[in-house]
Amino acid sequence: MDIDPQDKALITAIEDGLPLVSNPYEAVGAMIGLSENDVIQRLETLIEEGVIRRFGIVVNHRKIGYRANAMVVWDVPDEFVSKAGRALAKLPYVSLSYQRPRHLPDWPYNLFCMIHGREKKAVEALVEEAALSANLQDIPRAVLFSGRQFKQRGAKYSQAPAKVGAHA
Amino acid sequence: MLDVDRQIINALQGGFPISERPYAEAAEKLGLSEDALIARLAQLLEDKMLSRFGPMYNSEKMGGAVTLAAIAVPKARFKEVTGIVNSFAEVAHNYQREHKLNMWFVIAAEEPGEIAEVIEKIEAATGLEVFNMPKSEEYFLEMKLAI
Repeated sequence: MDIDPQDKALITAIEDGLPLVSNPYEAVGAMIGLSENDVIQRLETLIEEGVIRRFGIVVNHRKIGYRANAMVVWDVPDEFVSKAGRALAKLPYVSLSYQRPRHLPDWPYNLFCMIHGREKKAVEALVEEAALSANLQDIPRAVLFSGRQFKQRGAKYSQAPAKVGAHA
Repeated sequence: MLDVDRQIINALQGGFPISERPYAEAAEKLGLSEDALIARLAQLLEDKMLSRFGPMYNSEKMGGAVTLAAIAVPKARFKEVTGIVNSFAEVAHNYQREHKLNMWFVIAAEEPGEIAEVIEKIEAATGLEVFNMPKSEEYFLEMKLAI
């Protein structure tokens, strides 16, 4: 969709968070010279158009106990990758399922998913379960747990419109 | 964690009302008062259990571009390379992962062309190859965690 300057101002005004007051959309409107009604209508459109993927709590997953975060990657024959990607997407513990390009010979994997859990062992069990469910048990895979986190910052539309979190 | 916080986190990871009194509306469904919900959200934010309360944007729909990139960093250079990569404003996230490709980061830019420029600059500054892995197909993205 075309994002006009007022949408842009609205996106910037709420990117760090919605005000914690009874009438937050009125408060946001007051910051950027829009009425409460205008803010509500524009937000509804941004959600409908998918510019806003979702609206609510963004959890700090490590802090709420999800300390084991695995990027699980698979080397799926190209003709099966869509089917496999959709099968992984159906699993409740999979939060992301994307196809990405291989970089042979260093990187043969073309299907990526994220599995989050409290402990490494539990996540490893889920990976096995996912392989069975998506019929990927004979497909080469690698499980990359995250170690230290060196940088994380929230969505900063004002600096660059694409700062949207971990979901590249 | 308090039961009420658990309920709030499980219920409000999406679909927050867009209405005149959204906190009151959301609170009612949780059997809370508006004031209580606002107070708990403020506390959860202060305790950093929540990193944010508000919108999660889709960069592509805003004309921006985003990619996942990885580098195989020699162990001895890890700290130095981390400093270089993180010095780029376009680098949004950077995780160490257990693999030969041991540094994984997200690059986000206003224009699709900028991604290639940033990658070139990182390669020039580090002398290391950056593997660019943009999404070619999205099957699912739903970052909701039950607690």
